Amino acid sequence: MLWAAGGCGRTLVFGYHFTAKSDLPLLPVLSSCPAISLLCRSASASGTFPVMAEEENRVFGASEASLLIRELRDSFKSGRTKSYDWRVSQLRGIEKMIEEREKDIIQALYMDLSKPELESFFSEISTSKSSCKKALKELKKWMMPEKVKTSMTTYPSSAEIVSEPLGVVLVISAWNYPFLLSLDPVIGAIAAGNAVVLKPSEIAPATSSLLARLLEEYLDKSAIRVVEGAVPETTALLDQKWDKIMYTGSGRVGRIVMAAAARHLTPVILELGGKCPAIVDSNVKLEVCVRRIIAGKWAANSGQACISIDYIITTKQFAPKLIDALKKGIEESFGEKPIESPDMSRIVNAFHFKRLVNLLDEERVYHKIVLGGQREEKLLKIAPTVLLDVPEDSQIMQEEIFGPMLPILTVENLEEGFEVVNSKPKPLAAYLFTNNEQLKKEFVQNVSAGGMLVNDAILHVTVPGLPFGGIGESGIGAYHGKFSFDAFSHKKGVMYRSFEGDSSVRYPPYTPKKQRLLKALINGNIIGIILALISWYRK
Amino acid sequence: MEAIDDLDLQLGMLREYYYSGKTRDASWRRSQLKGILSLLKEREDELFRALHQDLGKHPVEAYRDEIGCLIKSVNYALDCLSQWMSGRKAKLPRAALLTSAEIIPEPLGLVLIISSWNFPFGLSLEPLIGALAAGNVAVLKPSESAPASSSLLANLIPVYLDNKAVNVVEGGPDVGQQLLHKKWDKIFFTGSTKIGRAVMAAASENLTPVTLELGGKCPAVIDSLTRSLDREVAVQRVLGTKFSPCAGQACIAIDYVLVEEKFSPTLVELMKGMMKKMFGENPKESGSIARIVNKRHLQRLKSLLDDPLVKASIVHGGSMDEDSLYIEPTILLDPPTKAAIMVDEIFGPLLPIITLNKIEDSINFINSRPKPLAIYGFTNNESLKTRMISQTSSGSLTFNDAVIQYAADTLPFGGIGESGMGKYHGKFSFDTFSHQKAVLRRSFLIDFWFRFPPWNDYKLQLFRAMYGFNYLLLLLITLGLKRSK
Repeated sequence: MLWAAGGCGRTLVFGYHFTAKSDLPLLPVLSSCPAISLLCRSASASGTFPVMAEEENRVFGASEASLLIRELRDSFKSGRTKSYDWRVSQLRGIEKMIEEREKDIIQALYMDLSKPELESFFSEISTSKSSCKKALKELKKWMMPEKVKTSMTTYPSSAEIVSEPLGVVLVISAWNYPFLLSLDPVIGAIAAGNAVVLKPSEIAPATSSLLARLLEEYLDKSAIRVVEGAVPETTALLDQKWDKIMYTGSGRVGRIVMAAAARHLTPVILELGGKCPAIVDSNVKLEVCVRRIIAGKWAANSGQACISIDYIITTKQFAPKLIDALKKGIEESFGEKPIESPDMSRIVNAFHFKRLVNLLDEERVYHKIVLGGQREEKLLKIAPTVLLDVPEDSQIMQEEIFGPMLPILTVENLEEGFEVVNSKPKPLAAYLFTNNEQLKKEFVQNVSAGGMLVNDAILHVTVPGLPFGGIGESGIGAYHGKFSFDAFSHKKGVMYRSFEGDSSVRYPPYTPKKQRLLKALINGNIIGIILALISWYRK
Repeated sequence: MEAIDDLDLQLGMLREYYYSGKTRDASWRRSQLKGILSLLKEREDELFRALHQDLGKHPVEAYRDEIGCLIKSVNYALDCLSQWMSGRKAKLPRAALLTSAEIIPEPLGLVLIISSWNFPFGLSLEPLIGALAAGNVAVLKPSESAPASSSLLANLIPVYLDNKAVNVVEGGPDVGQQLLHKKWDKIFFTGSTKIGRAVMAAASENLTPVTLELGGKCPAVIDSLTRSLDREVAVQRVLGTKFSPCAGQACIAIDYVLVEEKFSPTLVELMKGMMKKMFGENPKESGSIARIVNKRHLQRLKSLLDDPLVKASIVHGGSMDEDSLYIEPTILLDPPTKAAIMVDEIFGPLLPIITLNKIEDSINFINSRPKPLAIYGFTNNESLKTRMISQTSSGSLTFNDAVIQYAADTLPFGGIGESGMGKYHGKFSFDTFSHQKAVLRRSFLIDFWFRFPPWNDYKLQLFRAMYGFNYLLLLLITLGLKRSK
């Protein structure tokens, strides 16, 4: 049952065994970890283990997916998930779960990503908790219908916009912030009154398994379920008809998800990636700037974050100063041998390690390393690495890095930098470090990205009043805070008319007099209406 | 058929114009909206003529449903444009210091609008109003099934709008296909559910967001009304909004009626009377009924009535004149619910009435079918209204009237499930063609020094205090008055 062993592991969810193909290599370090054997034992002792032995090798396929969704639809149809009380009970359950099981969550994140405890705390645990708290606080307000004004054209009438749940939704999350990216959308789906199936990433198996157990323990399993697995299980799920699918991950798979959704006309939210640039001016407080760059790159899951700084653009003149400051800052944060620092996550698995090493070892790229470059395969660690002026067509500048390498591109002036950014696909986030007000204005006006942050990185996702989502290649739709509630709701227009105050103007038989009155009515032309009415009544 | 090279060149030029930044200007956007207004006002007669040619629409119908509605929408957009463009400030959490957060709308870029034949001007220009107000450049592909209207749009748009920003591409399904496989920043499609699926599938190749305005069977639930005034108004509205807009060929026209068995004889009598009043003894000569758009659709509608059980259920109308593409407004009483006329979207002047035991049964009836674009309820019963709102799902829900919600600028117009995704009208049009960009600004001055590695327990404690908004604790820890664990 050691799923740290390379190849297939087995995990349990609600009576089904799934083959979770994991890329994890055999890691003697981890397999001797007591936590892992504890989790394994507890998984097999889970109450969801079926009594019948012949269930052992059943794989989650089309019929299981179909049965699952039918069950959830029945739950949804019963109306249970629509009630305010149910939603609150589930959100409170999530809150309780995070509070009581914080240690387990931190442990799972450490196993999957060697994520430092503090990073886990502020980037995943407390953000999930605040998301939950916010929903609990605002839910009544969010659920209230919104009255809207009606105009003379539909007089007399009253109207409102009612938020209703979509039904049964599917949330597919990613491996880099496996806890947060699973829970945050689920919180939104529940707040909006839906039944939800969560499919966590198999590349973070400890968290996936933990989520499966915790959600069953703390939440209403007649409406909230976890399906673990990899490509076959995800495909089986995607073949079903959902009322919404939310996917966090790569652009390549995002296309597959949208194409599958198109068959059933299922609306989607796609939180994808991109190369998030940071443009650095010379007019900055350099020390603070560098600290924030470090926080937005290496302290963010070792650069394995969709919104971490992918590359930097700065002027030829300023680059040496920036590199020096980065050197100093990295040493301050991670010590003299950063690769040995426990304060950085590791690379998630051998596949991604190899991918990153290949980016680094490309011939025209390797010589451009000005800092770092060390790698330790056994520990899946790559040191914070800075490169200067790699060729634009090198692989490292073509694909999203998602790792601890930071290329710096130099330009003559920063406006050129804006052009460089605009020549690439629109990123999920764009950052600018400067004190120059004019530059800030130009940046916001001329650069397009999902979100933007001036003089910091990543932080904008913690503001629940801001929508978090991409544009173009970086995604479709947005969530966080009320945007999550809206993303998983249908905004239904409801109009109330009375039987009084009708005019036959609208209906046949049509006469020129009717036409005049109609024109005046639609244009809200008071004089016109009066005149038309006068001639009307003269008949 | 468009040559591929020309199309790429055309789209390249549109994009270049977009990148020049011209369309971001508020004054440019206003000029475009005013251009649409001028087009509608100055060329009204030509618009009426085209609609009459394509669909046999009476000018009053054309004005009520398309021209007038568009004028209203443009004026609304002009009034609200500054407000829409200005974005809004977002609330910051208490833990953030010296930051500002706002949501700034920006145009998406190059958008594709594909419209349908039943309201060729309305369904082309209404989305275009939103696209231009939001600062985009656009390609409009009107339906080839309304050729006079399509051609008129192709001629008029370059005259009244900036033809470097708005292009009309005419053609049939193959032109549509070619367009769909290009890279767009948004695709806005009005049409059938079947094509809607193909549009979304094509859009997925480039991760293009879509708004799909599709169809469905919009039911009208008619309660047993007691007041004769209510009955008369209800029947007038049901029949007027079924047969008058494009002879029932409208996505939000009432598709079928649900009524309690006891009330149905009364209803049918009232309807027969009202039909005479609205359309006269000879509806064909009244000029108040639009034509069926083409032979293919006429055959489709004809075949719905071919089923002998369906034919037997006709209580009014039923005659056709294939040569003039005319179908008499027809009312049916209890055709079999499994017949095609009760399964497919009718999109024509046939109105089935289905009787139920109790009017409350209508809720289950509606819920057992795909979610429609609109549901209508004619009732004074407040509890029935409440039940309909909370227990049924549809794009929109209107009480005691039908179709009129289309004219409300403050209500989102769009479908759910099979009837579509996304919404527009009013500000929703502007939003559907915008990207809501989150912008956060910080200064260098203040920072939480404990945000950065190296990590230790002390920093963890500080974070706990900060996230709990426990400032007192934060202060105590910083001052060293509380021991770190």
